[in-house]
Amino acid sequence: MTRRSLEVLDVGVMSYGDALALQNDRVPLRRAGEVQDTLILVEHPHVLTMGSSTDPAHILVDEAERERLGIELHAVGRGGDVTYHGPGQLVGYPILDLKPDRKDLHRYLRDLEEVLMRVAESYGVDAERSENGTGVWTARGKLAAIGVRVSSGWITSHGIALNVRTDLGFFDTIVPCGIPDGGVTSLERELGQAPEGHEVRSRFVEHFCAVFGHEIPVAGPTI
Amino acid sequence: MARIEVPMPQMGESIAEGTVSQWLKQVGDAVERDEPILEISTDKVDAEIPAPSSGTLVEIAVQEGETVEVGTIVAWIDTEGGAAAAAPAAEEPAEAAAEAAAPAAEAAPPAAAAPAASSGGADESAEDRLRTRSTPVVRKIAAEHGVSIDDVPGTGHAGRVTKQDILDFIEGGAPAPAAKPTPAPAAPAAKPAAPAVGGAGMWETFYKDVQHPEYPVRAADSVEPMDKIRRLTAEHMVLAKRVAPHVHSFIEVDFSAIDKVRTAMKPKWAAQGAKVSYTAFVAWAVSRVLHEFPMIISAVSGNNVIYRGNVNLGMAVDLNPGLIVPVVKDADHLSLVGVGNKIVDLASRARDRKLMPDEIQGATFSITNPGVLGTLVGLPVIPKGTSAILGLGSIEKRVVVVTDPVTGADSMAIRKRCLFSLGYDHRIVDGADSARFLARLKELLEDFPEDA
Repeated sequence: MTRRSLEVLDVGVMSYGDALALQNDRVPLRRAGEVQDTLILVEHPHVLTMGSSTDPAHILVDEAERERLGIELHAVGRGGDVTYHGPGQLVGYPILDLKPDRKDLHRYLRDLEEVLMRVAESYGVDAERSENGTGVWTARGKLAAIGVRVSSGWITSHGIALNVRTDLGFFDTIVPCGIPDGGVTSLERELGQAPEGHEVRSRFVEHFCAVFGHEIPVAGPTI
Repeated sequence: MARIEVPMPQMGESIAEGTVSQWLKQVGDAVERDEPILEISTDKVDAEIPAPSSGTLVEIAVQEGETVEVGTIVAWIDTEGGAAAAAPAAEEPAEAAAEAAAPAAEAAPPAAAAPAASSGGADESAEDRLRTRSTPVVRKIAAEHGVSIDDVPGTGHAGRVTKQDILDFIEGGAPAPAAKPTPAPAAPAAKPAAPAVGGAGMWETFYKDVQHPEYPVRAADSVEPMDKIRRLTAEHMVLAKRVAPHVHSFIEVDFSAIDKVRTAMKPKWAAQGAKVSYTAFVAWAVSRVLHEFPMIISAVSGNNVIYRGNVNLGMAVDLNPGLIVPVVKDADHLSLVGVGNKIVDLASRARDRKLMPDEIQGATFSITNPGVLGTLVGLPVIPKGTSAILGLGSIEKRVVVVTDPVTGADSMAIRKRCLFSLGYDHRIVDGADSARFLARLKELLEDFPEDA
């Protein structure tokens, strides 16, 4: 069986709103079969996003303080509680059609966790699932968060956020995913130094393709 | 009144309940089949639930914020009140039940889904079957060739007809190896479709499809599958040559001026850790002159020409084995050192297989340098979607005749020289364009600015 292809859109730094618009553009195209499965890779400026089950009490800064820190706030249609995105964090938004082989939301979440665990493992970082909820943790804290949406036709959007060299101080503005005392960590904190961003992206794509059965994207003109 | 139940769907094997997070439609609203009518959330996932049928939303049984078990009825749709339902009213309850259960049933192996469908199987319209068995692309191809999808053996998920299946079928060839035996009538049925290949489908095939002919294997031979890069390269080369009428022109360039700059800058570059190869000099010069030759940095697209606004230089890197072409984006905005360092960075990451996909896409002009391995010069293939590629030969000391600018006297001199070949798409680049481009490039390289 031929593996499916994956288009990777590595868009660099992009505001949360613009990246959301990009996802919203892609979802109907994916549903109509006009584009392939897509993985959007992005880095956001400081932003807090509230999922559908956000408890307002989990945002620990008032509006004035939030604005002083330069953090945007968005309410979004994904599962999960409040989370923080910012510089040094790898954010991945898979726009996949789950219909062919994984019409199971839990399986989709477990697969995303698997990708994140494999990326961490490739750096020698031990990361695991937790009974506390969806995401990936090391002994020091939460390394990656997950919150997804499935639109009609089993088309996914939203996705994962992996702390690479995130300034973890910004997580003090929230109760991450509603879990108090969970603590957060990053690859930089685990390793003592930050791995190269492009390398993390490249490993993420590699493991994503392995777990989801896509061909590793190698395209473009060859001579 | 035909009231159809909308149950809380099974969104995963281990998901037992869901919370209604938002009603997208209100009681009294008309709904279209497959239109999202509510959103549910289950731990980390939000999901849209589509209407199982067209009609009017007549009752909401579960309010926003309430959590109910899978299978609980969350709403009713009246199919008579809204847009006409596709099927006769009498069949609707059965159909609705089957469809509402679809998320669960379809998650199960196809075999399990089949009995469920069989209850209404006879009544299932041909259109429905087409929809469930094929993608829009396949249906489009089928329509273009006057082929009935029902006649095509499907090898895809749950027997769906894939694009390859239908292309194989239209070609009249055997279906993919795993396919069910082709029914006898299939082959004759394919024949009438053959003339249609002369239409739009022929060009689709001509410009997009590549099949390599097979040859017999002899006793002493070994056979290995092509790896991914090889496969893509092979396909790309066939298509590139098939589409663009290639012409090549040559010019010889004197590298004395470049050597002078290199010698002068060497200590400074060494201190900076900068790496500026001969290729970098050429790439820098190319990026500066391309703007004067829009046809060289263009693409023929249908009956239009796309003139590219970015100077993105594809730089061929030998992976030995294999070849990859990372792209120096917006090279015209980089200094000579910037171009040099970028080439070194991309080449080393290419060899370590650490390139990001976007770093090998979007080239608008390409450079290949077989000269580093001693080749006198080559005839490179123009990458698909671009209109030219520059090939560099080996840089060698040659005896040349030079004319003294003051006395006009000729004498023999030893100079570092290199043959350049420009491969160009003759649909858009004329021979004279190519000649002017090469002459301009030679001029800049032989009088290389010291502050590049």
